[in-house]
Amino acid sequence: MGSERTNLLKFLLFSGSVLVAPVLFSGGYLMNVLVFVGINTMLAVALNLLLGYAGQISLGQAAFFGLGAYISGVATATYGLNPWAAMGCAAAIVGLIAFAIGFPILKLKGHYLAMATLGFGIIVYIAFNETVELTGGPSGLTGIPYFTAGTVQFDSDMKNYYLIWGFALMTILLSVNLVNSRIGRALRAIHDSEVAARVMGVNARLLKVQIFTLSAVISSVAGSLYAHTMTFISPASFGFNFSVELLTMVVIGGLGSVYGSFLGAALLTLLPEFLRTFQDYDIVAYGLLLILMTMYMPGGLVRIPSFVSPILAKIKAGVGKHA
Amino acid sequence: MSHQILQYILSGLSTGAIYSLIGIGFAIIYNSTGIINFAQGEFVMLGGIMTWFFLSVFQLPLIAAMVLAIALSTAVGVLFERLTIRPLRNASPLILVIITIGASILIRGMAMLIWGKDTHSLPMFTGSEPLTVAGATLLPQHLWIFGITLFIIAVNRFYFHHSISGKAMRACSHNRRAAGLVGIDVKRMVLFSFAISSALGSVAGIITAPLTMTSYDVGIMLGLKGFCAAIIGGMSSGIATVVGGLLLGVLESLGAGMVSSGYKDAIAFIILLLILVIRPQGLFKKAETERV
Amino acid sequence: MLRVEGITQVFGGVTALRDVSFSVAEGEIKGVIGPNGAGKTTLFNIITGIYRQTAGDVFLENKIVTSFQPEKLALRGMVRTFQNVELFGAMTVMENVMVGLHTKSRCGILSSCLKLPSHLREERHILEKAMTCLDFVGLAEDASLVAGNLPFGKGRMLEIARAMALEPRIILLDEPAAGLNSRETAELGALIRKIRGSGVTVVLVEHDMELVMDICDTILVLNLGQRLAEGTPREIQENPAVIAAYLGEG
Ligand SMILES: Nc1ncnc2c1ncn2[C@@H]1O[C@H](COP(=O)(O)OP(=O)(O)OP(=O)(O)O)[C@@H](O)[C@H]1O
Ligand SMILES: [Mg+2]
Repeated sequence: MGSERTNLLKFLLFSGSVLVAPVLFSGGYLMNVLVFVGINTMLAVALNLLLGYAGQISLGQAAFFGLGAYISGVATATYGLNPWAAMGCAAAIVGLIAFAIGFPILKLKGHYLAMATLGFGIIVYIAFNETVELTGGPSGLTGIPYFTAGTVQFDSDMKNYYLIWGFALMTILLSVNLVNSRIGRALRAIHDSEVAARVMGVNARLLKVQIFTLSAVISSVAGSLYAHTMTFISPASFGFNFSVELLTMVVIGGLGSVYGSFLGAALLTLLPEFLRTFQDYDIVAYGLLLILMTMYMPGGLVRIPSFVSPILAKIKAGVGKHA
Repeated sequence: MSHQILQYILSGLSTGAIYSLIGIGFAIIYNSTGIINFAQGEFVMLGGIMTWFFLSVFQLPLIAAMVLAIALSTAVGVLFERLTIRPLRNASPLILVIITIGASILIRGMAMLIWGKDTHSLPMFTGSEPLTVAGATLLPQHLWIFGITLFIIAVNRFYFHHSISGKAMRACSHNRRAAGLVGIDVKRMVLFSFAISSALGSVAGIITAPLTMTSYDVGIMLGLKGFCAAIIGGMSSGIATVVGGLLLGVLESLGAGMVSSGYKDAIAFIILLLILVIRPQGLFKKAETERV
Repeated sequence: MLRVEGITQVFGGVTALRDVSFSVAEGEIKGVIGPNGAGKTTLFNIITGIYRQTAGDVFLENKIVTSFQPEKLALRGMVRTFQNVELFGAMTVMENVMVGLHTKSRCGILSSCLKLPSHLREERHILEKAMTCLDFVGLAEDASLVAGNLPFGKGRMLEIARAMALEPRIILLDEPAAGLNSRETAELGALIRKIRGSGVTVVLVEHDMELVMDICDTILVLNLGQRLAEGTPREIQENPAVIAAYLGEG
């Protein structure tokens, strides 16, 4: 939680680092990867609101991401809509879909909820593949335009970096505000004891659906951003595996920590780049990380400082004695 | 036309039999632990791919390869329980979902590293001369699938209703704490349930591989379909889940044949969603009130 | 205040409650007692909208509230505590009580995300009120502790504080003295009186007979899901059927 001031300070520090990061990597290949870190951060934070705060699992997040990307992509590439307008439409449509399916699905709990969201994700994935006239099917959709603002076209990694991180920072700021509010407390209450939360007057069913919808809308916006920076999308990016990857990011970063989701997203996006020479080992690494982290470090990466600092203190004390 | 439909139904029943076996595996673990084991499908993959491995690389006879594959898959299942599930006995469902997903990724990844990404085929158990039944064709392998599934269901029923450890396992599924109090070794029953369902999964993987081929990633879909069967059957480890699997197999096969084969997989998941939303307790059971 | 008519609850083959009727007058402390498995908790679960009964109706201030969702009943001023303490274990003591103030605040997702001034004002108000509630049960010093780490007795007190934050008209307490030592039980008795003193009607399920006889105005006795007797503590103590039920039990 932390106080208002430390929250603000943290955010400003983080934004500062995001702002200057390109100076260090400018022009390099890493810029492109950092763009993806931004998109994945949005997706992970969105999932964390649902999973880490409200305690509701979703294995269908990739579907909302994909729907955002495809609605944006088709609306612009096929029907010539402006990318910004397309992004708005996509968010609205995805929000409506999530709201509608949220009511029946979020009645389920635990494993059943996991399976239902997973089923939804797979149905959407199959639809991407099969509606060939609309989506281009398995071979993908090409010719999606870049974003433009006035005369500026967002066609380089550097421009897209700032565009996407603008959205990612906004997502982080709004989420930090949300989780430290009355609504955030109600969400955590539902996580700990849904029945007690309801007795306290929290409309748990509605709130769960609302947060599910919010999470879907953020994912949809991330999808639109993805479509308009890549200019090419295909179903393979939006399958079950990606939903699991997002889950891994959230768990590794830290359930119930907004900045943890950034850490998880960064690690899982950068890891395959560093493991490039050991291609295919990354999936084994995910599996291992997922198991080991949940078993031995359920707080995730963000808890490392509180994990390490007592040890450091002990070492320091030991050193002091000898000196 | 009616021949065609009979054909769809017959092949649907054979895939359905596979789903039933996998579904029973899900149900057995769920009933003894309350866990949905997302790694269930990986045992199906392991069964098929290891049989292929022993057969083609070590040149073992088919029977030996199968037995070895089942034994090793079961060992993996037991190891999985000992290393991850047992230490986490009191974890929340959320954590357990994540752990079993992690295990499924890990097993799949290891399989890919060891056996590569290629698709492998197994020989039919006994020839590939098709038989004709009322105008529809059947392969001997289909008969093997029906026969082995029936046999396993019978053994399964005998085990749960007539053997001491089977009855103990049923007791655990009704009330774990009470079972512990009357002296049943609940931990051992949980281990048993993992052993049995990984063995069941691997058998399913082996008998279907000659028809559908196998590769490191077949486990996801088969596992999910098996889960769907178990959901239709209300997580019963008996006949209801078998019926669920057969129903799913037939509906899928009819849907693929008469509507569109591209949407075949979607059918299972639409059924899954409908059942979860409308009758989460399964098709054949009455709802219960959750205790507070 | 509260009236229950002909409640029957069947679980599978078990009839947990059979045609139970009673009423609670405004401002009284009503005891509900009965041997284990008599159906007391089930009765609470039905009144507070957590279970859906097989038959029967519930009226709150003469308006029918049968099968209302718990969150709706909270808005009407009904709140409860749980036999197996249901705290928000990962949240602080203070935050637990702040959730109790949920119905007393309005801000939605949007104004929370954007931190509108109305949100900040409300947040300050919630904080102040929560502190008063903690003071009321004597937990003010533990405000920043994590609720899951509280000793059991304090956990029970926190549940009451959280419920009282709602400013209820009626509070249902399910075995609040279970697991408390005698000093804590005495404090609890005083607290319940204080709650009634502030104008809140109390329904109390409790096995601690000393406490029940001491503080309750009237008592309802359930046995095997049926209403066995109802009356003042003295009448109940002298009722032969009640004595038989308790002696027969143990
Ligand atoms: N959700 C449920 N499903 C099935 N049976 C239930 C359920 N809830 C309660 N019961 C049964 O209803 C009966 C009454 O239980 P209840 O918990 O109301 O008793 P109680 O009077 O509160 O007992 P105690 O004093 O032990 O708390 C018991 O037989 C119990 O097993
Ligand atoms: Mg009770």
